[in-house]
Amino acid sequence: MAAITPSQTVGPYFAFGLAPNRKYDWKDTFGSDLVTPDAAGERIRIEGRVLDGDGAPIDDCMIEIWQANAQGRYASPADMRPRPNTAFRGFGRTATDADGRYGFDTIKPGRVPGPDGEPQAPHVLLAVFARGMLRQSYTRVYFADEAANAQDAILALVPAERRATLLAAKSAREGRIVYTFDIRMQGDAETVFFEI
Amino acid sequence: MTFFFPTGSLRAFPSRLYPDYKSTVKRAPTKPLVTIPHTLSELTGPVFGHDAAQPGDEDLTRQHQGEPIGERIIVHGRVLDEDARPVPHTLVEIWQANACGRYVHVVDQHPAPLDPNFTGAGRTVTDQDGTYKFITVRPGAYPWGNHHNAWRPSHIHFSLFGHAFVSRLVTQMYFPGDPLFPFDPIFNSVTDEAARNRMVSAFDLDATIPGWAIAFRFDIVLRGRNQTPMER
Ligand SMILES: [Fe+2]
Repeated sequence: MAAITPSQTVGPYFAFGLAPNRKYDWKDTFGSDLVTPDAAGERIRIEGRVLDGDGAPIDDCMIEIWQANAQGRYASPADMRPRPNTAFRGFGRTATDADGRYGFDTIKPGRVPGPDGEPQAPHVLLAVFARGMLRQSYTRVYFADEAANAQDAILALVPAERRATLLAAKSAREGRIVYTFDIRMQGDAETVFFEI
Repeated sequence: MTFFFPTGSLRAFPSRLYPDYKSTVKRAPTKPLVTIPHTLSELTGPVFGHDAAQPGDEDLTRQHQGEPIGERIIVHGRVLDEDARPVPHTLVEIWQANACGRYVHVVDQHPAPLDPNFTGAGRTVTDQDGTYKFITVRPGAYPWGNHHNAWRPSHIHFSLFGHAFVSRLVTQMYFPGDPLFPFDPIFNSVTDEAARNRMVSAFDLDATIPGWAIAFRFDIVLRGRNQTPMER
């Protein structure tokens, strides 16, 4: 057995190393556009704001997402089911702007098996990193217009009165489908975070 | 190999709320976290080939016209899981201040010089046996606004992935014997002394290159244990 290395904050200065986004003299490993030309599925945008306990925008936040493809398969060796030959990786990273805004262009994920083998409702894993956060916090983006949410085994573990914080609202903008998912670290509408 | 990720191991991590580090007060969740079983979503994670890092990305002293100012160092080690097995082909990203304690980030206004020959970002992918190596300069300590006369001990920021999205780790590597340790709330947010010391690199005489650079060894252990068929 080996004991794990503790987490430390990403701090205020991560952007030049982890999310340079052409603002710094360094290459991006990952970006906010997950869509590959060969990826099947519905193109969507997931976007929102990250807010602190005063409702103030967190402008030095890094957001990462991890998701299945439209067929509900993860591009990972731990998902041993066959998957279509596509370049879609399902991982994205971005930094919030001065208003605490983030956004990802991606495809809507399919359903993946849940703890009991029943399919879960479509969802995206999301991790929040920032100055003042000594470790990342994990949440899940669900899609508010999905009927499957009502049977989702993970949502069922969330107190009913807090479930709405995990539901991204659907809208259309310039012909594109946009799901809005604000992340509130504290307050009455504090986003549900998971101990995983 | 199938991996599982005991949540009990997370006791080594800092609490999200650690008031001595003032920025945690408005940014730590206040409601209870919801415990859920690990599904395929949590047990999978991105995979990286050697294309994730280009040759030379691991040498922070050769990214510009000239050599950066500062003490040239080698930082190397292994990335392991909780069974002490190597984590091969996993991405390791680092970023740091220059030798004067100044970051290139626009928000850093610490009155210390920028170095035109140093950005301070690097990346590499671990080998089959989990090893990685960077060449850089030793970062300086720098002041910050947390409390009166607050200084961060010298550190290099590390970002790693491992076997699954739940093994994702962002941490900081420190240097042995730093006199600033007792005064730094970020370092001390890890309240267990043994766990705290796992963030401190070791001077490594064997890995030094005579006449050129001294070396520090930093092994990193990520969440994840192998699940034998019998345990399943
Ligand atoms: Fe730092």
